[in-house]
Amino acid sequence: MPMDGSLKTIYRARLVSLSLPLVGFALGLLLWEVLVRASGQSAHVLPGPLQVVTSMGELIADGTIFKHAVASLFRVTAGFYLAILFGIPLGILLGRLKSAWHVLNPVIQFLRPISPLAWIPLAMLWFGIGDKPAIFLIFLSSFFPLVVSTTVAVGAINPVYFQVAANFNLTRLEVITKIVVPAIVPSVVTALRITVMIAWVVVVAAEMIAVQSGLGYLILDSRNALRLDYVMVGMIVIGMIGLILDWAMRRLGRIEFARWNAGQG
Amino acid sequence: MGKIEIQHLTKDFPNRRRNARPGDDSGLQFGDRIEVLRDIDLTFDRGEMICILGPSGCGKSTLLKIIAGFENPSTGRVLIDDKPVCGPSSNHIFVFQHSGLLPWMTVWQNVGMGLRHMPGNGQRQEKIQEYIDLVDLTGFENYFPYQLSGGMQRRAELARALAVNPDMLIMDEPFSGLDFLTHMKMREEVVNMHEFIGKTILLVTHNIDDALIMGDRVVLMSGRPSEVKLMRKLAFEHPRNYEEEPELNELREELYFMLGVSYAV
Repeated sequence: MPMDGSLKTIYRARLVSLSLPLVGFALGLLLWEVLVRASGQSAHVLPGPLQVVTSMGELIADGTIFKHAVASLFRVTAGFYLAILFGIPLGILLGRLKSAWHVLNPVIQFLRPISPLAWIPLAMLWFGIGDKPAIFLIFLSSFFPLVVSTTVAVGAINPVYFQVAANFNLTRLEVITKIVVPAIVPSVVTALRITVMIAWVVVVAAEMIAVQSGLGYLILDSRNALRLDYVMVGMIVIGMIGLILDWAMRRLGRIEFARWNAGQG
Repeated sequence: MGKIEIQHLTKDFPNRRRNARPGDDSGLQFGDRIEVLRDIDLTFDRGEMICILGPSGCGKSTLLKIIAGFENPSTGRVLIDDKPVCGPSSNHIFVFQHSGLLPWMTVWQNVGMGLRHMPGNGQRQEKIQEYIDLVDLTGFENYFPYQLSGGMQRRAELARALAVNPDMLIMDEPFSGLDFLTHMKMREEVVNMHEFIGKTILLVTHNIDDALIMGDRVVLMSGRPSEVKLMRKLAFEHPRNYEEEPELNELREELYFMLGVSYAV
């Protein structure tokens, strides 16, 4: 049985690590309230924390906020999964096949710095209005980073493992399933964690055009109605969902399949 | 099985550096041929333990990789049992200098890698267990390589190599990076295993004592371009020691002298 003293130490450390972030948020709220009072602006221009909490209560009570959050999450999930579905296999191909890399890499590097938002006119022309253009934009925002990270991860695989594969007569398919895929999982999980954040940032912009739902639409619509308190509710919910997404992706990095390099890191 | 003939083997490659490395006084120009191996002619009998010695960077590893089929010679050829080597094969398994275990697989999965086409699951499991027991890793079946000590990793790789029942083992500095005691124990284990299973073992080392204590034959290579400077059969009983075999001691002094060092400091 552990000694009382050591248990106390553990609990104290846990208490500190849980309470300090709350202190941070509390300080932020306090600063916000102080700024509102000091500025003397009306609640229409700069709503205070209390008013935003009340408005959030309204939006939760009538279910509006859930409807918009679900719409945004649906688009991010769809676009992100499409990016995974196409981006990771393409990255593996580029990492394994030198000639494909020479042909496609310049094009990818050329398209990569173009903001997904620059595609908005084309997206609307091709996909009309509704979910499709938004999903397309999210796909674009995640696709290129995923391709590039996967290609880099495949290129960084220790060549010894391919020699081992040849030595034990692994087929081409087995080289992919038994060597390449497990070897890149840790780096790809890290890339996914970064990419999902990009996708989440882009969804808001994508929803300011062409759709009638989602957190981006909520913000735009509330601005048009001069309800800045709702705008801020939208921002807060976006931040909270972002935190949850990041936490979920970190959990993904802890599964055993992604942890074979634990000894090296 | 496992007779090796190396006939007029040379290996060179073009110099890809435009500027000489600091301290490089070779006068090599861009595109010049760098000669690594020059006219190597060697014949080894089946079942022998052959130890190849040489200064570092002399091309010992290149020679091993050519014999293993990972690289092609520039001219000449390698015959194993009168058949020219064309590519890697599970008849001659390479044991890598730094671990060649796949880090995302457990000991069990690594050892089972070469046995994946074995008919009968029960038989396959028995075989895997047999080789894990052989190298004394019983109880560590579900450990990942990073959870094992350096010596245990080498033993696991040895088990994986032996499990496919190859005609020949090719070991590239198998004891490098091990502490002194583990080194001694591993050396003894490899000698015992060799006497027990009687496979041809080709082993590169820069440790003269390893070569003299273990080898049925010792080959000394010169610095780059590498040529065979000495080949000697060692018909001494195991366990060997220098006090009882004055001839062995003389050879040791000769080898130290040829490598340009005096061991009697």
